[in-house]
Amino acid sequence: MGHFVDRRLNPKDKSLGNRRRFLKRVRSHVKKAVDEAVRTRGIADTDSGEEVVVPADSIAEPSFRHSRKAGRRDYASTGNKSYQAGDKIKKPPSGEGGDGGKEGSDSGEGEDDFLFVLSRDEFLDLFFEDMELPNLVKRGLKQIEVTKPFRAGFSITGSPSNINVERTMRNALGRRLALKRPKDLEVRALREEIFKMEKISKPTQEQRLELSVLHELLEDLLRRQKVISYIDPLDVRYNYFEMRPEPRERAVMFCLMDVSASMGEREKDLAKRFFVLLHLFLSRRYKSVDLVFVRHTHNAKEVDEETFFYARETGGTVVSTALVEARQIIEDRYPASEWNIYIAQASDGENYSGDSKKCVQILNEELMKDCQYFAYVEIVDEAEAEFLNSEENGIELWREYRRVAGRWPNFAMKRIARPGDIYPVFRELFAKKTAEDNGH
Amino acid sequence: MATRTTRANRTARKNKQPLFDGADWTFDTLRVVYDAIEEVARKDLELDFYTNQIEIISSEQMLDAYSSIGMPLMYRHWSFGKHFVSNEVHYRKGAMGLAYEIVINSDPCISYCMEENTMAMQTLVMAHAAFGHNHFFKTNHLFRQWTDAAGILDYLEYARGFIARCEERHGVSEVERVIDAAHALMPHGVFRYRRPRSPSLREERERRKERREYEEQTVSYLWSTVPGSEHSAKADAEMRERKRELHLPEENLLYFLEHYSPVLRPWQREVLRIIRNIAQYFYPQKQTKLMNEGCATFVHFHIVNALHEKGLITDGALLEILHSHTNVIFQPDFDDPRFSGINPYALGFAMMRDIQRICQTPEEEDREWFPDIAGSKDWKGVLKEAWANYRDESFIQQFLSPAVIRQFHMFAVSDNADDPYYTVTGIHDERGFRKVREVFAQNHDLSTLEPYIQVVDVDLLGDRQLKLQHTRRNGISLDEEQKESTIAHLRTLWGYEVKMEEVAA
Repeated sequence: MGHFVDRRLNPKDKSLGNRRRFLKRVRSHVKKAVDEAVRTRGIADTDSGEEVVVPADSIAEPSFRHSRKAGRRDYASTGNKSYQAGDKIKKPPSGEGGDGGKEGSDSGEGEDDFLFVLSRDEFLDLFFEDMELPNLVKRGLKQIEVTKPFRAGFSITGSPSNINVERTMRNALGRRLALKRPKDLEVRALREEIFKMEKISKPTQEQRLELSVLHELLEDLLRRQKVISYIDPLDVRYNYFEMRPEPRERAVMFCLMDVSASMGEREKDLAKRFFVLLHLFLSRRYKSVDLVFVRHTHNAKEVDEETFFYARETGGTVVSTALVEARQIIEDRYPASEWNIYIAQASDGENYSGDSKKCVQILNEELMKDCQYFAYVEIVDEAEAEFLNSEENGIELWREYRRVAGRWPNFAMKRIARPGDIYPVFRELFAKKTAEDNGH
Repeated sequence: MATRTTRANRTARKNKQPLFDGADWTFDTLRVVYDAIEEVARKDLELDFYTNQIEIISSEQMLDAYSSIGMPLMYRHWSFGKHFVSNEVHYRKGAMGLAYEIVINSDPCISYCMEENTMAMQTLVMAHAAFGHNHFFKTNHLFRQWTDAAGILDYLEYARGFIARCEERHGVSEVERVIDAAHALMPHGVFRYRRPRSPSLREERERRKERREYEEQTVSYLWSTVPGSEHSAKADAEMRERKRELHLPEENLLYFLEHYSPVLRPWQREVLRIIRNIAQYFYPQKQTKLMNEGCATFVHFHIVNALHEKGLITDGALLEILHSHTNVIFQPDFDDPRFSGINPYALGFAMMRDIQRICQTPEEEDREWFPDIAGSKDWKGVLKEAWANYRDESFIQQFLSPAVIRQFHMFAVSDNADDPYYTVTGIHDERGFRKVREVFAQNHDLSTLEPYIQVVDVDLLGDRQLKLQHTRRNGISLDEEQKESTIAHLRTLWGYEVKMEEVAA
């Protein structure tokens, strides 16, 4: 006798635990691969995950094995073409891994480097490891509370949608058993019996008597069924929910980008990469962060995500318009008393002459005191990057912003010259600054 | 065989409906076909097998099973994850096909069949695994003597639970350290010659409890307060005495560490024991790869042909099965880029078919080489006797015939590390048969394939240095790099210095 079992619906991924252990073990290599990946390609196309190569020796499983380099051994092999006993066959030059009749008997696994693919989730987890929105729970958050229902047992009152059927039926069954409510089956059986008796055309005295007894019995059963209901209001139970307050982080992130003509394809591309990274990071880490996209030329406009990243526009450059727009949106929708506000701005540093002063004014007087963190990223030429290697040097906007940075500790600015810079800069901007925070 | 179909059979075929038609399978057809196979296996081949449990799984689950050395449950360890990701990469790239089945030496005998298989393939797989391997597991003396088919699943369940609890209590990395070290010694964690009685699950639990109680009662640093031996004059006698007490020399390193390591805690000893038991469970499989696969291949070949003769499977299905069968028993030549050693399916199957031939239609040469069985007609009896009482090495030594050596164009070469040339020592001719056979058998002998390492001495009351000895055969030394890292693992488990000396045999 054979038994057949269908296991296809059993949970798969039985090896997930082992896989996690393995990843932990090769963590340093995985992290290196992730860094490398960001340097060489856009983060937006990480759908496929990432291939990771781990040197074989770091995950070797050693055992006592015979050396290939010493001693005398005999092999038997197949497919002899022309050899005769006593023939000499030249060994392949490398010595190892030759196929001149050698049998891979105890080599087990190959000594190649080990290659595998990270899933997208594993990739992103490692990618954003140790990153945090700075100062997220600083201001006024404790007051903002949302109430959420939590299961809290059962109650005897409630709305019909919350009826707990299992409990209700269990209570009803117990009550029916206790009160000896006649079962429908019994009633039906009795009815059939009566029906049979009634079909007899000329019943005897005895049968008539029996019939009347049966009728009485049936009446009694029906009466008891009526008195003892199948489900009584007493039986009904409802799921009970308690409303509990839950503190919630309310945060909004502004992404400001210069899309004017002075931003070439390269600059725009770098800025976009930065924002894509930021976007991915935020939407992954914080389920409840609002995102606002503002792009500007000589005037600024709030746009949706799609337009922000992919649509084209040209015009002059007036940076302050973006700040004004951001301020307007804050006033309209995100009062600073209720929201944590984060702003990230990307630009090539070009600005309408004299406008940078206005930017500083807006920042100093209004935006900076309202927002938790302001990150400014300047996209520069690779040649320029060499030249501007010091933080002090820069054109107008950079110099003016340096003053802001000097005044406000929650203002950060960085330069990006090539795709490879994005990730390190990004990490620097959003690294968990626990030690520093404690210092304050 | 299909070619030897008699007229009676041919008429029988016309009368019978095939059991299935087309590629799709259902559980109902599986059951019907299973019953038909079982009838051939029981009545015709007279096989002896455990009750079968056939489980249908998906390819993901097959990958899962691969990574835990084919067992349905296994404790968790990163190395299984490593095998899983590497298998997965290969599979996704198409570089590797998955096996059609995995079969487990348990009672009931569990075989996993892939859902992707066509009905014809399921037929082949059932005949191969559920009857071929199953019969071998149940009857071969190595399996009977060394493994507990009935208890293995319970034991693995226990092992997994135990290791998970250890991880909770002592931390994953702490447990991992012990398992890493034990895995490195796994090939040297088996008894080759004697088998201690295996305790039942309950006894195991009780012993563990006892150990814990003992641990609670004794103080482990008691060891360090025992005064060392003063006189070296008595040293010799003492050494003999302690060797006797520790049952030295001991070749089962894990067993020795489990019992005598001065630093291990009770749970760590138990982990060693688990890994040692699993190694022991797989030890017969390592020694019978060729026979086991040969037996299963022979059985499926016989059964599907019998089914076809009876008209129970269609010509199309038979062709599909034979196509697969031919791929499985393909043996590339030594100079073929696909060559990676001897294919155990190919040689095993060829040898068993050859035994059948020798019994039925022997030639002069066969009568000379195999006087006992040549022409005896009872090929079933001869094969079953071989399946039950041999392992790869002895089977080849006994049954590899000149005909098979010729068929495969076998030859033997000798490889001396100092010599820039291989020397051909024998080919498939009159003078070479015996040499080839001997070398071939030796190539399947685990005791020459695996290094021979023993614990020879340890002075528990002195410096506690553990002395190992590797016996070099034919001047083959150990791989230095591997040796160093494995000894590092050994040191973790022993807690003190470990020395390895290599001596010539």
